[in-house]
Amino acid sequence: MARFTRVLSATAVIFGFFAIWELLCRLLHVSDLVLPLPSQVLVTLVTRFPDLWPHLAQTITSTLTGFALGVVAGVVTGVMIGSSRLAYDTMYPLLIGFSSVPKVAIIPIFVIWFGAGTFPAVLTALSLSIFPVVVNVATGISTSEPELEDVLRSLGASRGDILWNVALPRTLPYLFASLKVAITVAFIGSITSETIASNYGIGTVMMVASANFDVALLFAGLALISITGIALYGLFSFAEARLTGWATRQSAVAA
Amino acid sequence: MNNAARSGPKLVVEADRVPVSSEQPGKVIELEAVSVRYGAGRSATTALGETTLDVRKGEFISFVGPSGCGKSTILRLVSGLVRPTSGVVVVGGREVAAKTLRVGMAFQNASMMPWLTVERNVMLPLKIVQPFRSEYRRKRKTEFRDRVRSLLAQVGLDGFANHFPWQLSGGMLQRANLCRALVHDPQLLLLDEPFGALDQFTREELWGTLQALWLDRRPTVLLVTHDLREAAYLGSRICVMSPRPGKIIDDTPVPFSYPRTLAMTYEPDFVALGRRMRELIAPLQPAGAGV
Repeated sequence: MARFTRVLSATAVIFGFFAIWELLCRLLHVSDLVLPLPSQVLVTLVTRFPDLWPHLAQTITSTLTGFALGVVAGVVTGVMIGSSRLAYDTMYPLLIGFSSVPKVAIIPIFVIWFGAGTFPAVLTALSLSIFPVVVNVATGISTSEPELEDVLRSLGASRGDILWNVALPRTLPYLFASLKVAITVAFIGSITSETIASNYGIGTVMMVASANFDVALLFAGLALISITGIALYGLFSFAEARLTGWATRQSAVAA
Repeated sequence: MNNAARSGPKLVVEADRVPVSSEQPGKVIELEAVSVRYGAGRSATTALGETTLDVRKGEFISFVGPSGCGKSTILRLVSGLVRPTSGVVVVGGREVAAKTLRVGMAFQNASMMPWLTVERNVMLPLKIVQPFRSEYRRKRKTEFRDRVRSLLAQVGLDGFANHFPWQLSGGMLQRANLCRALVHDPQLLLLDEPFGALDQFTREELWGTLQALWLDRRPTVLLVTHDLREAAYLGSRICVMSPRPGKIIDDTPVPFSYPRTLAMTYEPDFVALGRRMRELIAPLQPAGAGV
């Protein structure tokens, strides 16, 4: 029951926000070239959805491909950095340096190497999603409790045994926390790349809409991006809760 | 066993110093003038002074002594977690690194993997240690599960196999910890203050549990404890250690027959044994700490 009222009040506040927006726009006669009405955006979104959907699908495909590759590369790099001093000393500075560069500055290089279109979008998503994964996995691996490892070491377990049975499972909550961040930035990455160099995808739609002063379509695109972002985030939150419940349940009991 | 394999200059020297197992069949563990130092230079600390110790098969040795005297270091040496700075550690007739014996170990912290159920935690050694390891995939859902369940039942944990560690009390966790240390039928059981964090009643209850398990399987046991009653209740032999750098200053057999009962611990002979050990340790405590 408490949960129901919580959901209800949250929904009311969110709808209230859009209602006030609609009301203010109408009362102050704001031009829809500057800020369209939420109702206009909704109508545009629904009527143009058949046109928008293939672009969205393209963006999601690039995002998920880049994200998947980024997670694999991130986990491998994170395990190396977390378990080897040499890897930590050499790869961490490189990684931080690479991550500090705005990806907008790298996309032109990707375009020169691989041409415009899907490939730079996937690479941008990959390069953005790798960093949070590496940082979290490395933290999880390197903070693994020595007591737990001693249990296996006293049995004569190899380094691989310990990694597989202690360090990696222990790192799962860290990994999932990073996946939620990584999927969001991967999405941003692929859209950014599409706005710069592509003729397909939701980013391209935004560029075209802006060139045509189709503000309602621009906002419809924004809404679509937000909704997809929330859905992707929710997907990984759900997976996290299912797979690493032991980590949160433990603290819930201790509290 | 295989003397021909013990060639090469280094091993010959060891063979001179250390009696080979075939000559001394009863010996499971031999520490020959072993010492352990951590660190180097000025910051180096001697964790264990020169120690010599023989342990026969089936013995239950309790180590007592002031904290920081290197009791745990002896266990870590025998399990191979720590290398000796000098001297030789022979386990099962070979140098400790050879891993000739199956070893089970339990620490004061139950150290259950929080992501595994009690059953899976207890099964962990079967996943690591040969000969179980190669059969793990095939037997984990049948034979190994039965093995774990019956062991859990033996310590009064039936019905908790599918619980997660956070759902268990401290005493129950230590029961599971004992099961994990014993599930692979170790010839050598190393217990590092396993009951140190428990309340008096739970602790005494677990003495009984451990004694029953030991009488049932008869592994050789090394137990480190702060509790003199515990040392005398469980041990067939008690080694008293001096403060850091620790050495064994007294090595006494415990004359009471097994199975022992809590009532025995209040009898005059038992109390006298406890007092004797107490007096060995008490004057060694820093000034003001003694009685």
